[in-house]
Amino acid sequence: MNGWTSLDRFLRTDPRDVGCAEAIAMLHVYVDLVTTGPPVQERYPGIAAHLRACGPCGEDFEGLLATVEGTGSPENAARTLRGLLAVVRGEED
Amino acid sequence: MLVRAARREVARRGPHQQITGPELEDLAYQAAGDALLAIMQKIGQFRGESRFTTWAYKFVVFEVSAKIGRHFWRNPARSPDAEDWDRLPDRFGFDPARGSEWRDLLGAVRRAVETELTPRQREVFVAIVLNDVPLDALVVKLGSNRDAIYKTMFDARRKLRAALAANGYLNDEKSRRS
Repeated sequence: MNGWTSLDRFLRTDPRDVGCAEAIAMLHVYVDLVTTGPPVQERYPGIAAHLRACGPCGEDFEGLLATVEGTGSPENAARTLRGLLAVVRGEED
Repeated sequence: MLVRAARREVARRGPHQQITGPELEDLAYQAAGDALLAIMQKIGQFRGESRFTTWAYKFVVFEVSAKIGRHFWRNPARSPDAEDWDRLPDRFGFDPARGSEWRDLLGAVRRAVETELTPRQREVFVAIVLNDVPLDALVVKLGSNRDAIYKTMFDARRKLRAALAANGYLNDEKSRRS
């Protein structure tokens, strides 16, 4: 990418961009839809536009996606869920 | 489980942030602990729109983000205020050998920053673009939040683009030039 293109992309803003607050609020829903396959960018174009433009939110998206995918099997996810619920209910520290 | 997720996320981001060894481990434990507190405080807000684990891991990722933002300022040499405009060509990847082609454009960018932006927009632009301060680190420095800083930068980008386009510096033809 040359300097002109890079500067042009940096200055280009998407009016659909919802901003950080809304993107963060919906990030878990967005990530789950990405992992399950529906065309999430069409369903949430404002969030997709934001994640493309905002470095920190894009990084959080990549991180959450990697975490969810990295937990592996449904059994692992179930174990995580049971553990979290146990902590929340005060069954363990 | 949260510690494992935090450790994985810190390790994923660590190489870019120059965080290694015990510091990385410490950051992961702190993030996991704070994420657990956030989950316990907000569990009533979970509405079943996603898997519970995805919702819960979100707090781990956010805590890692916030802690890495604070970590940036541990290097006392870092400053958000210094204005080194000579960095601008490198920031956008302009070829030094073709300086005659872009010098005028970047001069116009500087003039637009100085004349079109509000003091706050200029402060944020200088920190993020000239001084390469990560947005989350700037949030910590300015005592603000990510949404507000992003919005400030969003408006600054829109103003700069409009100013450059109005003066004939940036248009579709020039954007495509090699």
